[in-house]
Amino acid sequence: MTPILAFLAALGRPVLALCAGVGRFSLFAFGAFWRLFAPPWHLREFWRQALRIGYFSLPVVGFTAVFTGAALALQIYMGGARFNAEQVVPSIVEIGILRELGPVLGALMVAGRVSAALAAEIGAMRVSEQIDALRTLSTDPMRYLTAPRLAAGILTMPLLILVADSLGIFGGYLVGVRRLGFQPDAYLQATIAAFQWMDVVSGLVKAAVFGAVITLMGCYHGFNAGRGAQGVGRAATNAVVGASALILATNYVLTELFFGS
Amino acid sequence: MAEHSSPKAAPNSPMIEWRRTDKRFGSNHVLRGIDLQVARGESCVVIGGSGTGKSVLLKTALGLLKPDGGEILIDGQRVDHLSEAARFPLMNRMGVLFQGGALFDSLRVWENVAFRKLRGAGRRALAEAKEAAVEKLRRVGLGPDAAERYPAELSGGMQKRAALARAMMADPEILFVDEPTAGLDPIMSGVINHLIREIVTESGATAVTITHDLSTLRTVADKVAMLHQGKIIWQGPVAEADTDPNPCLRQFLAGRAEGPIEAVR
Repeated sequence: MTPILAFLAALGRPVLALCAGVGRFSLFAFGAFWRLFAPPWHLREFWRQALRIGYFSLPVVGFTAVFTGAALALQIYMGGARFNAEQVVPSIVEIGILRELGPVLGALMVAGRVSAALAAEIGAMRVSEQIDALRTLSTDPMRYLTAPRLAAGILTMPLLILVADSLGIFGGYLVGVRRLGFQPDAYLQATIAAFQWMDVVSGLVKAAVFGAVITLMGCYHGFNAGRGAQGVGRAATNAVVGASALILATNYVLTELFFGS
Repeated sequence: MAEHSSPKAAPNSPMIEWRRTDKRFGSNHVLRGIDLQVARGESCVVIGGSGTGKSVLLKTALGLLKPDGGEILIDGQRVDHLSEAARFPLMNRMGVLFQGGALFDSLRVWENVAFRKLRGAGRRALAEAKEAAVEKLRRVGLGPDAAERYPAELSGGMQKRAALARAMMADPEILFVDEPTAGLDPIMSGVINHLIREIVTESGATAVTITHDLSTLRTVADKVAMLHQGKIIWQGPVAEADTDPNPCLRQFLAGRAEGPIEAVR
């Protein structure tokens, strides 16, 4: 093989592998969504996953939101001071949290927590033949494992992000009032005045999409985990990296759809 | 058991049949034209060294691996080409004991055993399903306290028993057993082997067990098949295995390093 051909082959291989990966993931996602709408549904498994993905992620998402709101308020105040525009702090904190930082940072935190756990759990189930066991018990593993997790991700993420939005704005309020000298009433009035339903709704739609991305990535990498502890570890890493990258990419697309001119 | 039988199958036809079954993974040709029949109610033990394709053979019959060539018939019906969904009714007639038990970590032991009765077409009331699971667990020597525990809280032997209870929950016509004594001490191995033999005899199920453990062979088998280099090189009644001059069989049963089977694979 000539050096040029070898170079082109070296370029082509990862591109082809990427295309194949995207294709496999798309088929996997299609299969998972299809099973959301066609019975039988494993409701008990759904509730267990809703608790695990949604409820137990509350502390980490809340913590992230409060400090993000607080830091955002400080930054906007200092940036605004250059143009004598310190009074924009409440409204910019609100828009920033509701539209972008609440959903995106919340989703990234959940991705780290949930995608890795799902990939490791399902990967370990695969290694220990539990997925084969499901098939021999006349149970479709996609229906039993993926569909409830996907449904739980889509339905609980908006609720989580609603909490994150509130706590993020509250973090900004605390810094604004305690540290930056805003009057509590004035800060709240400015926040209410800047409020638009579209900001909340767009954030919640993003959250639902991110919920799907997080759970699908976790399940996909779990089902495709390699053998042994190393395979499971790699699946968990790939799930987090894949979910985080896809969250950021879909966030841009959704922002463009909602707010692009 | 007979009430599940397909009306299409002749009563004297084999319950499970591999016909010229082939399976390869890339350049590794694992199964090379397997021909094996297991009669109704018979307990067939497939022996062979590690890496000879015993598990692959079992998984082709279960539909967990698709053969590359040949046919697999269960109760007279060809099953190797069935889709996963089409296979589910067939799976209801089978029980499988996996090598590591493959109990679901997130469910209690009784929920594992009652898995089929808690969901899907065979769904029963919770109390009824639990009662049936506890009864099956009692049959394999596990008490109600073990039923309430999670699999990780049980010893290896107890996990195997619980997995056997799960496999037998639906009173299957066919029982597949993968290395039942792997990782167990000799006494617990004996207990599990006898339990499998008793349950197979009691229920009249057709059983296929794969193992390299000779104690399993002697306790569980009516018929023996030896797998070597992707082929069944010997098969016959267990009583004849000890007297047959086949050099591979002799080497395996005697556990000798020297012989036609290379020790390093």
